[in-house]
Amino acid sequence: MNDKNKIIAGLIIFFVVLLFPFWFNLIFGAADAATAPEPELTDKAKQAETCVAETDYMRTEHMQILDQWRDMVTRDGKRIYKAENGKEYEASLSNTCMDCHSNKEKFCDSCHNYTSVDPYCWDCHTYPEETE
Amino acid sequence: MENSRRRFLKTAGFSILGVGAGSMLIGLAPGPSEAAGPAAETKPVFVDRPDAKHARRWGMVIDTRGLDARTCRKMEEACHSIHNVPDHIGKFGNKNHEIKWIWDTEFKHAFPGQEAEFLSDRLENAPVPVLCNHCDNPPCVRACPTRATFKREKDGIVLMDFHRCIGCRFCMAACPFGARSFNFRDPRPAIEDENPEFPTRMKGVVEKCNFCAERLAVGKMPACVEASGGALTFGDLNDPDSDIRKLLADEYAIRRKPNLGTFPSVFYIV
Ligand code: SF4
Ligand code: SF4
Ligand code: SF4
Repeated sequence: MNDKNKIIAGLIIFFVVLLFPFWFNLIFGAADAATAPEPELTDKAKQAETCVAETDYMRTEHMQILDQWRDMVTRDGKRIYKAENGKEYEASLSNTCMDCHSNKEKFCDSCHNYTSVDPYCWDCHTYPEETE
Repeated sequence: MENSRRRFLKTAGFSILGVGAGSMLIGLAPGPSEAAGPAAETKPVFVDRPDAKHARRWGMVIDTRGLDARTCRKMEEACHSIHNVPDHIGKFGNKNHEIKWIWDTEFKHAFPGQEAEFLSDRLENAPVPVLCNHCDNPPCVRACPTRATFKREKDGIVLMDFHRCIGCRFCMAACPFGARSFNFRDPRPAIEDENPEFPTRMKGVVEKCNFCAERLAVGKMPACVEASGGALTFGDLNDPDSDIRKLLADEYAIRRKPNLGTFPSVFYIV
């Protein structure tokens, strides 16, 4: 039982390796950590002032809204969405959302890339620049 | 030694019991994820457009007497261009990957088992446009494991939710009319002019005629009907006063493969 030193040294090495992601990020990560993206609004979107819901809500829940829209339009054929702000919108990704937010790269992609999500909307739906 | 092992096992046993019971209690408590968000508080409201067309059961009558090959081309062109149907034959000369929503065939292929021995010359050569029959008893819907293909209760249209289609092609095996096509490859390169108002499909999904559900929803008639110069009549089969029912009352009309019991909603005057 005289291996105390070896054990302690082993333990230290073990924890250094275990915590690698943390200290690596602390030392080297901070410098080039990606800054949170600022999705850019088109002029049209700025003029409209409100989206179909509050900005904060849209930021976190737009996928839920799109899901609802999809089901209502494809299953029930109901195409008009009455928003809480009293306005009516056509429930369509390509024709309503992308009409204002026609800058997919600077709007949609900026956050999606940052959060590393890869939605497959555009496998089928078109966006303005693409069809031009 | 004996004693301490015994004590260790006891403590371990009790801890596991405690952790188990604790997590059960936590599980019983209402989770934060179930707490109502803004979407759950007020149910979102969706409505039809005021100009939408409604019916209990949409149907079509095709009068082959008023059709020639050129009109058939026009109908096909109208349908395929607004629905972004890829043209793999025209673009790549690849017959195996052909996608079609409406096309024309010969009488003997459209109505196998109903051909007469001495068919009139006109019928022998006339093009017969065929498309999904929007069957009242659709076998494709029964075959679909994901409910990507479904019959819309309100108007009888057999529709597809492309988001949901997994490409298993059970529906294609089930459909006795060959009305469905499978995207073996990315359709986009084979689309000449994309219509931005309608989605394309992606590789690995099935597609077919949708009775222009997206046009009916905005008050328009199906594209092929508009392009047919009056040879196609579209309307509500459940409404005895509709044009289509009046036409059916006057003329003798047949359906494709009636013995299979799928009850097509597309009728042919031959
Ligand atoms: S024609 Fe085929 S695809 Fe269309 S509803 Fe009937 S079975 Fe389904
Ligand atoms: S291919 Fe798609 S639509 Fe056809 S049965 Fe499979 S999931 Fe349903
Ligand atoms: S009803 Fe519409 S989708 Fe069907 S064949 Fe005619 S144009 Fe195409």
